[in-house]
Amino acid sequence: MTKKADIVKDKISCFHCGDACVTQINFDEHTFCCVGCKNVYELLSSNNLCSYYDIENTPGVTQRNPVLASAFAYLDDEKVAQQLLQYRDDKIAKVTFFIPTMHCSSCIWLLENLYKINPNITLAKVNFLKKELHISFNPKETGLRQIVTLLSSLGYEPAISLNDLEKNVKKDENRKLSYQIGVAGFCFGNIMLISFPEYFGLDSFTKGSFSKLFGYINLVLSLPVFFFSAQDYFKAAWGGIKKKFISIDVPLALGILVMFTRSTYEVVSGHGIGWFDTHAGLVFFLLIGKWFQQKTFDTLSFERDYKSYFPVAVTVIKDNQEVTVPVTALAIGDRIKIRNNELIPADSILLNGDAQVDFSFVTGESDPVKKVVGEIIYAGGRQKGATIELEVSKKVSQSYLTQLWNNDAFAKNAASSIQSFQQVVSKYFTIALLVIAFGSAAFWLLVNPALSLNAFTAVLIIACPCALALSSPFALGTAMRVLGRNKFYIKSPAVVEQMAHMDTMVFDKTGTLTQPSASSIVFFGDALTVAQQQIISAVVSQSIHPLSQKIKTYLGTQNTPAVSAYTETAGKGIEAEVNGVKVLVGSRSFVGADVHNNANNLATRVYIKINQKLIGYFEMEQGYRKGLNEVLSQLNPNFKQYLLSGDNDKERNNLKVYFKQDENMLFNQTPADKLNFIQSLQQQNKKVVMIGDGLNDAGALKAAHVGISVTENTAHFSPASDVIMDAEVFGNFPKYFAFAKNTLTVIHISFVISLIYNIVGLSFAVQGTLSPLFAAVLMPISSVTVIAFTTLTTTFFAKKGGLQ
Amino acid sequence: MSVMFILIGCSFLLAIGFLGAFIWSVKSGQLDDDYTPSVRILFDDIKPKTETNNNTENKLKTDTN
Repeated sequence: MTKKADIVKDKISCFHCGDACVTQINFDEHTFCCVGCKNVYELLSSNNLCSYYDIENTPGVTQRNPVLASAFAYLDDEKVAQQLLQYRDDKIAKVTFFIPTMHCSSCIWLLENLYKINPNITLAKVNFLKKELHISFNPKETGLRQIVTLLSSLGYEPAISLNDLEKNVKKDENRKLSYQIGVAGFCFGNIMLISFPEYFGLDSFTKGSFSKLFGYINLVLSLPVFFFSAQDYFKAAWGGIKKKFISIDVPLALGILVMFTRSTYEVVSGHGIGWFDTHAGLVFFLLIGKWFQQKTFDTLSFERDYKSYFPVAVTVIKDNQEVTVPVTALAIGDRIKIRNNELIPADSILLNGDAQVDFSFVTGESDPVKKVVGEIIYAGGRQKGATIELEVSKKVSQSYLTQLWNNDAFAKNAASSIQSFQQVVSKYFTIALLVIAFGSAAFWLLVNPALSLNAFTAVLIIACPCALALSSPFALGTAMRVLGRNKFYIKSPAVVEQMAHMDTMVFDKTGTLTQPSASSIVFFGDALTVAQQQIISAVVSQSIHPLSQKIKTYLGTQNTPAVSAYTETAGKGIEAEVNGVKVLVGSRSFVGADVHNNANNLATRVYIKINQKLIGYFEMEQGYRKGLNEVLSQLNPNFKQYLLSGDNDKERNNLKVYFKQDENMLFNQTPADKLNFIQSLQQQNKKVVMIGDGLNDAGALKAAHVGISVTENTAHFSPASDVIMDAEVFGNFPKYFAFAKNTLTVIHISFVISLIYNIVGLSFAVQGTLSPLFAAVLMPISSVTVIAFTTLTTTFFAKKGGLQ
Repeated sequence: MSVMFILIGCSFLLAIGFLGAFIWSVKSGQLDDDYTPSVRILFDDIKPKTETNNNTENKLKTDTN
């Protein structure tokens, strides 16, 4: 009886989108699930673009809920268009769209061939990882609205939000680093080559005539390394000192500076060939570490606030006419019109229409909430169904949700206040380094003054903490990649280290511990026949009970037969007759099912009996995520757990099993309450992780040391946070924290290794006997061993911890 | 041995050429997106519209044009 069965009526799937066809539309020898999908096919085939279907099977996006063409009217607005366009003159205009539905190579192909459909598009280029589409077009012949309408009719609706209107500064940071690495690598290689004769003492054959030339060549090659590639280290060190903060950059910058000046002096004065090779190599390795650490997840945005998902414009009714008004210009008292699937941008009062509002962005609960005329609807809800009219009661920036962003927690940038290991160490390291350097200088000043400066500079050169500076980036960078492969996406590598220090976890309930309802219904039993589906559907359609509604939506059957002798017993079930056959739908005891109860007592089950025969049962994961029990009990020894919920406390008893005491569970929490709770925990010196999902958790996520937002689909909205976690890996949650702890251990060990190298080098340096060749060998060896050690052991711990 | 000076000069010219190529590649945005081009290169040219739409054999033939 516990056999899982899919309710797919036929095996025929849509040629366009691959969804199972409920109704079949045949066209051109292909089957489509809806008119929308057929229309896309027709459009593509008339433009000879059917290769779309050859590259990948069923590459399309379902068109069952098409966007109304009128929804893009705001793009005709000159002001809006101006803000969206990156460049514009008489002949050409350029724009970049973010297209969340882009998912396969067919998408790339079609989007880059857009000009075949609209010849006024001169260039369309996709950046797949960022899900961006760059379009150049002729503004005289076509407009933004036409292009967006075309994209949306193909199933690639661009996500245009309020955020896009604010001028985004194009970041060239990545390119600069590429240049710096390129230049440093070029110079490093050539300097090494030029230095070989010196290493092997070959110059004795040529009586030193090359030595001078090679010295000068090295000097010239080092100039770009010193002034261009290494400049960020000087800036960072200086910036730190000004704030009375000694970072790892200080000893690095000191080492680079001393190496360059001493080498220049040696070459110019003819004393030797200098340390240019070590200098260039050091900068090159450091930059590689920086690059490794900087690589992030391009498609994900960790800085989203309400602006990145609020619409750009909304329809306002003025003097019985519909006009499109930018959301920012919305005033109190405006009558606005919200259509199916549109978002309510400001707190407003419902004037007329059947409001079914989906607050999943706000609370995580996707079951629409019914609102009656006169009720206040908070901003952030999405209307499902008919068009409604509302009167704006608060400005967008003053709304219940958006005012959260005025809180201090959002003004402060450095929310995470725990010092990293590297920060702590580099302070003491720098002090010790300076003491040794000055100490050896003072010693030699007394014993043999000629060696004094030599020893002083040698100490600063050899102790330049290259290996130390590389250990954190490579360990954390590797950990970040491992976690990313496991669908746990981290904003920056530093977060991994933060995770290792946490001792308190605060969970949101709806959407975080519970699953949004739509996806969590399963039928157990033999596969239902079409007739059976129709019967069940007919019976449950009569009931307004939420469970009945869910079953009805799940079955989605049409042509339901008539129902007679219908009685519903509250809290128990339904009894009815369909075509003379008796049907029972309800709880186990109501139906009289003699089935052993499985361990999963969190799930709600609805049993079906048709004609005295038990057909099976629908299981609704009433909420809780799979593996919740294991996750919470595994975390229990190491973390104090709290629950914050915006809902009432009707589930208190279910949850008490996990959270033990009543005071660990707080219900009826407003977004501001959640934020305050996190801050009060932090005042008690707790290291807090917040796990949430909706906009109402945004404040708490931001304030916590580590904010984790759980999302069903990473392309969808998630509030600003440090980590975005795919909901399907919720069960692995404790593993990630254990892994973070191991990663920190790796950093500690690699610190000891690099310290050993430093001590060996220093023992030569303080004696004033350090040779350039020795430094040139020691520096790369120490760097490479530390890089290899950290990457390999981090990967090993990942494997051991059961991660991919 | 003075030929060494010329050789060193030549080797530097060559090396600077490569550095220039690298800088050009960064400037033209080749490092901004390291995934899409790998897909793009595998796309065939658009097939000319065939009279018989449903004939796969025909499609394959025109493909090789």
